[in-house]
Amino acid sequence: MSQRMRIVVLYGIMAALLLVVGVFQSWNLAITIINLCLISAIMALGVNIQWGYAGIFNVGIMGFAALGGLAAVVVSMPPVMGAWEVGGAGIGMAFLMLVGTVAAVYFVRRHTTGNTRFWATIATSIVGYFVIRYFYDPAVDAIESFDAARTGYLGGLGLPIIFSWIVGGVFAAAAAWLIGKIALGLRADYLAIATLGISEIIIAILKNEEWLTRGVKNVSGLPRPVAYESGLQQADWFLNLSAWLGANPVIFSTLYVRLSYAILFAIVLIIIMWLAERALNSPWGRMMRAIRDNRDAAEAMGKDVKGRHLQVFILGSAVVGVAGAMLTTLDGQLTPGQYNPLRFTFLIWVMVIVGGSGNNWGAVLGGFLIWFLWVEAEPVGAWLMNQLTMPLGPGSGLRAHLLDAAPYMRPLLMGVILLLVLRFAPKGLIPESGGSPPTAAKKAAVET
Amino acid sequence: MTDFLNAIVLFANFVFLPGVAYGAQLALGALGVTLVFGILRFANFAHGDLMAFGTMITILVTWWLQSMGIGFGPLPTALLALPIGILGAIALSLGTDRMIFRFYRVKRSATIVIVMASVGVMFIYNGIVRMIIGPNDQRFADGERFLITVREFRDLTGLDEGLAVRLPVVITVVVAAIVVTALFLFLQRSRTGKAMRAYSDNEDLALLSGINPDRVVAVTWIIAASLATIAGVLYGLDKSFRPFVYFQLLLPIFAAAIVGGIGQPIGAVAGGFIVAFSEVMLTYAYRRFFEYFGFEPDGLMQLLSTEYKFAISFVILVLVLLIRPTGIFKGRVL
Repeated sequence: MSQRMRIVVLYGIMAALLLVVGVFQSWNLAITIINLCLISAIMALGVNIQWGYAGIFNVGIMGFAALGGLAAVVVSMPPVMGAWEVGGAGIGMAFLMLVGTVAAVYFVRRHTTGNTRFWATIATSIVGYFVIRYFYDPAVDAIESFDAARTGYLGGLGLPIIFSWIVGGVFAAAAAWLIGKIALGLRADYLAIATLGISEIIIAILKNEEWLTRGVKNVSGLPRPVAYESGLQQADWFLNLSAWLGANPVIFSTLYVRLSYAILFAIVLIIIMWLAERALNSPWGRMMRAIRDNRDAAEAMGKDVKGRHLQVFILGSAVVGVAGAMLTTLDGQLTPGQYNPLRFTFLIWVMVIVGGSGNNWGAVLGGFLIWFLWVEAEPVGAWLMNQLTMPLGPGSGLRAHLLDAAPYMRPLLMGVILLLVLRFAPKGLIPESGGSPPTAAKKAAVET
Repeated sequence: MTDFLNAIVLFANFVFLPGVAYGAQLALGALGVTLVFGILRFANFAHGDLMAFGTMITILVTWWLQSMGIGFGPLPTALLALPIGILGAIALSLGTDRMIFRFYRVKRSATIVIVMASVGVMFIYNGIVRMIIGPNDQRFADGERFLITVREFRDLTGLDEGLAVRLPVVITVVVAAIVVTALFLFLQRSRTGKAMRAYSDNEDLALLSGINPDRVVAVTWIIAASLATIAGVLYGLDKSFRPFVYFQLLLPIFAAAIVGGIGQPIGAVAGGFIVAFSEVMLTYAYRRFFEYFGFEPDGLMQLLSTEYKFAISFVILVLVLLIRPTGIFKGRVL
């Protein structure tokens, strides 16, 4: 089967699966799944840019997605003027001091050498730390106690939330630049551990810096980029439309809202996909694959391996950040407690590996398919468990326990899928096209 | 003088003892990671969930023993159940190796592929543990809780501050000391231990001199699973058991292994204590400590809030990788 046929057939099967859900479960559910499939597909594209193009093993996806979520809050929520008045200056000073400290450390490092340099760096950092705390602590206290039940944070800029998708990408890119500068020189295992750590730190920041994100109190009621159901149900044109379609306006309004999200998300996916494909098939893309497949040879040819790696790490993370902002927009709230590495990092990895690393079409398909399975594994697991434990009788404690346990079929299923694909079809569902067959094994064999 | 003693006792109670216990737990975990890395040459992401699995089996057996009315006197019943937990973890590890890791080892796949496979294994362990025992907190410590309570210590010394010596802390330190000594004796003296070190140093030479690789790998998994279970049970006795927390322990454990020098058992132990003490010392609020020296600080005098303890492991990790990538004890660079 040619590559193109394969893509058409597999995408057709995916569409059929979604149709089945629409017909047999409900269209509302189908479109909800599609929305998250679209977001997952974008995240998977981001990971594919890092892993598939360049062989960078980033296990910190969750952190970049969370930064996107932060962007959604910072861009869209109205500013809390009172909080700015009591604490804005202090936060501003603390930020200036942070910049000052970084500059001072840089200056010190340039003008000292050897052992002095080491101790001078540490001393400057410690002094800087206390200066920052001096401004930061009172400001944070003031902000967090300002109307703590309703706000207690600085709020945002009050701009349309759709801008946050770009800002989310920028936040993630900035974080990726910083991390990449520190960690990209490391070998694959170390980079994995380092990025895992970074993502945990980002989540810890979102949970604890209440002046910025309200922490575990969550920011809810983010403005929407699309219409509200209540507004639709009173609009004449909408009532006419639903009457014309013969649909119940209440049900149809939810469907309409979700459909609008789906269209927005699909537009973003198409743009990113187009850019990613262009990049992959350009001289730049060929260079990236050359670096991935034989780093030393590429370096000998005069390619700036470190610089390219940093570039591709930033690009991929930015795409994940965009998707993260979109996800928070769809949820309508930022819940720092919901970020968990299984769902936001490793699941995305399963998508890329299953779909086919190095192939954007594969990554998108993986995003759709794996999200679909992730969602459907729960009802199917519950049903299966119910059927299997039927003979135990309704009063059985074991049966009740097993029914409770059904949701954890999900990680089990994902693990099994990942291992099966890694072992029996390491190229994934839609293998990378082009000259050298880049199995994951071959790709990395060069690195060791 | 009393003030000074009070400050010391305060420090010992809230920083030193918790640090020692946590350090010992991390050290046991890091030993497993470092051995697997030395022999099998990959960073095992499933280690945290392996700890959770072994601990889970131990907890289940503990509950069963408790329901039978069997106890261990003043010691926690979990220590009686521990051998069965270890056996469970060993069986799981050997089964996993046979079904998954061996394939890549024989094929000599790239490290990164094996690391990914370990991520898949992590998912599976994760699901199994949550299906059997659920995702919630489980406390299973019984027996005496304190060796010396705060009140007893105060009455004994006449100081204002009390030093509570909790039994799980003592057990942790004693068990860890025994296990680490036994492990070092095994690695240094026994034939198998020597074979393992030879294999870790140079695989090809070891094979040439007739060392059986399957045996070395099996023994490595047996030791790693035992250490993981012991570390997990001790951590659970000291704090509590929650599957997600065990997954998160992965980061400080990796940090400990890398700080000490990966593939170096002695380094893993040192690294465990370095990471543990950095975490405890940087997140402790020193306010009362300073008050005994006549200062009246405004704030809590806490350098970092407790939630940022991951950041500490991470910073240690990055500093070591930047300054001395081989770790303190000249381990291997990944």
